Amino acid sequence: MEKGGLGLEITELRLGLLPGSCGPSLVDKNDKKRVFSEIAEDKNSTTEEKSTQTKSQVVGWPPVCSYRKRNSFQEKDHLKKESKMYVKVSMDGAPFLRKIDLSMHKGYSDLALALEELFDCFGISEALKDADNSEQVPIYEDKDGDWMLVGDVPWEMFIESCKRLRIMKRSEAAKGFGLQLIKGFPKGFIKDVTK
Amino acid sequence: MNYFPDEVLEHVFDFLTSHRDRNAVSLVCSLWYRVERFSRQRVFIGNCYAISPEKLIKRFPGLKSLTLKGKHHFADFNLVPYDWGGYVQPWIEALAKSRIGLEELRLKRMVVSDESLELLSRSFANFKALVLVSCEGFTTDGLAAIAANCRFLRELDLQENEIDDHSGHWLSCFPDSCTSLTSLNFACLKGEINSASLERLVARSPNLRSLRLNRSVPLETLQKILVQAPLLVDLGTGSYVHDPDSETYNKLKTTILTCKSIRNLSGFLEVDPRCLPAIFPICLNLTYLNLSYAAGIHGSELIKLIRRCAKLQRLWILDCIGDKGLEVVASTCNELQELRVFPSDPLGIGHDAVTEYGLVAISIGCPKLHSLLYFCQQMTNAALITVARNCPNFIRFRLCILDPTKPDAVTMQPLDDGFGAIVQSCKFLRRLSLTGLLTDQVFRYIGMYAEQLEMLSVAFAGNSDKGMLYVLNGCKKLRKLEIMDCPFGNGALLSDAGKYETMRSLWMSSCEITLSGCKTLAKMMPRLNVEIINEHDQMEICPEDDGQRVGKLYLYRTLVGPRKDAPEFVWNL
Repeated sequence: MEKGGLGLEITELRLGLLPGSCGPSLVDKNDKKRVFSEIAEDKNSTTEEKSTQTKSQVVGWPPVCSYRKRNSFQEKDHLKKESKMYVKVSMDGAPFLRKIDLSMHKGYSDLALALEELFDCFGISEALKDADNSEQVPIYEDKDGDWMLVGDVPWEMFIESCKRLRIMKRSEAAKGFGLQLIKGFPKGFIKDVTK
Repeated sequence: MNYFPDEVLEHVFDFLTSHRDRNAVSLVCSLWYRVERFSRQRVFIGNCYAISPEKLIKRFPGLKSLTLKGKHHFADFNLVPYDWGGYVQPWIEALAKSRIGLEELRLKRMVVSDESLELLSRSFANFKALVLVSCEGFTTDGLAAIAANCRFLRELDLQENEIDDHSGHWLSCFPDSCTSLTSLNFACLKGEINSASLERLVARSPNLRSLRLNRSVPLETLQKILVQAPLLVDLGTGSYVHDPDSETYNKLKTTILTCKSIRNLSGFLEVDPRCLPAIFPICLNLTYLNLSYAAGIHGSELIKLIRRCAKLQRLWILDCIGDKGLEVVASTCNELQELRVFPSDPLGIGHDAVTEYGLVAISIGCPKLHSLLYFCQQMTNAALITVARNCPNFIRFRLCILDPTKPDAVTMQPLDDGFGAIVQSCKFLRRLSLTGLLTDQVFRYIGMYAEQLEMLSVAFAGNSDKGMLYVLNGCKKLRKLEIMDCPFGNGALLSDAGKYETMRSLWMSSCEITLSGCKTLAKMMPRLNVEIINEHDQMEICPEDDGQRVGKLYLYRTLVGPRKDAPEFVWNL
């Protein structure tokens, strides 16, 4: 190539950022290759939650327009197949348990509808209309083995820590199962379902 | 031709619809030039810095419809800094001051301000159509001005713009007297809109044929709108989420049965796949289906839907359809002309992604295919050779292997022969994008065979200057060449400087060219703007050090010299 003949290579500093080169893109082609294989390796060892955006990327690659990148690669609403979260759901009075995939739902209201469909009952989200008379109370067992009221914590936190679900009859709860029910129904649940 | 009165010439020219034909006609002689320029109504300007608004107005006083493009294509991939340029304001100001009766304005990759939109809305009494694609710089306040002031507005089409959403008030700004809308697309808006306003607007727009909603419009509203607009041809849904057992959903199912005219379907920005059956009845009529933003529809549901779309001509989907899904497309959509498969996970190596198998299946089942954009995990020469044989009609062929230097997945060889087969077989190829492990040889093939090639996009390819030289010497019809991360240097850049005046533009980033080469070129070619983009701290870059490599070069032909609105970090040499 021409430039070699002029001996200009000596003047090109290759330590640190090469003057005139763009952005976080790299010094030479070999380096670029290295970064791409790094990204590939990291991805395999990464857990589902780790955002791929934290990795260094070559600016301009892949050539997907930025509008599309911002609007179609959704992390929370549309989780990938790898992150299915099936948990057992029991309902007082039902002869057998069911299983539900928490990752398929977007929030508490969505979950409430799904649970109602599963057990063919209408107590769960209906309770928001008439809190005091609600028959069903959804609770879940968390990582520590404690039984908690559904709806207190943000949805993402809930699906991380929920190990199993139970739809309890109000009468059972009142018998001193240990839950503090404020005004007859979990507030957090109402807030989310009425959103 | 001197015997014909001007009106006759004008009448003949009326039959020429393409810009190129009219441009050609204007070069025949001064008489034709004169007749053509006074009768021209539609003008396309591919680079807003190639000409000035004043010159445009002077030459075409009868201008009614203007299309302008601003930033370079690579701005889509964040390679062009935010305030690089491409402002529409000076154009609108100049047009407003003149006596031009502008009716249509189409902009792509330009910076549009609320002030510009406001001025536009007040300056042209007959303004009818505004189409903004990949633009930025404005808010819904600007849209409110358009809605309020353009009394005869027919078309408001916003595609993939970055709009600051100050909430849905703008929609209510369409006066009750506005009944002329034929096309409304606000899918890219992020905020809420007033459903009641939207319903009323649709109800008083009997000519509405195209409607694309944004994410905030719920299913209930969609159902009500469809009742008011059964003649809709193009529909983009908003939020397509509802309880499939609800009355609303059942109403929607019934309403959709009346929408016999829908041919284009898009949207599903939020989707509950259980609600998809409602659209099954219209699938058979669809010619365009865009599910590329519908990340909520997975493989099997996608396939169920596509099985019903036998008449599809254009399909945009995500790669979660998988090779198996593409086989279904191939067996179902035999009329397919355009296919775009986008990555659902741009960095990862997903299990669902597509490979060469999917593409080969498509080539067998869809012989009419002429436009392809295909993001995939891997490719082979054998597959490309097969595709080239099955589909010799490609006009646009864009292949993007997510790992851009990946060789043939089976033989581990470069993909030169595969792409070589494509250019040799597809004699009408106008646009080509390459990826994979590629040597100078692929460029030799391109130079030899791609006689109609107008646009070439290359990244991480080639070994030496020879690669670029093959292309510059061989592709006589080349208009746009964009190169990133290739080992092409000054030798290639300077070999045929005159060539660049026959092209719209050249982009080279992260290549081997130096400041010295660019300066030399700029000196040789005064009718080119040779711009260097330097984004970094200016202290690091010494303008006198000609030996330093240039990060980004963008050069383009122009009749108006260096632009005056270039920011500090853009050097015009």
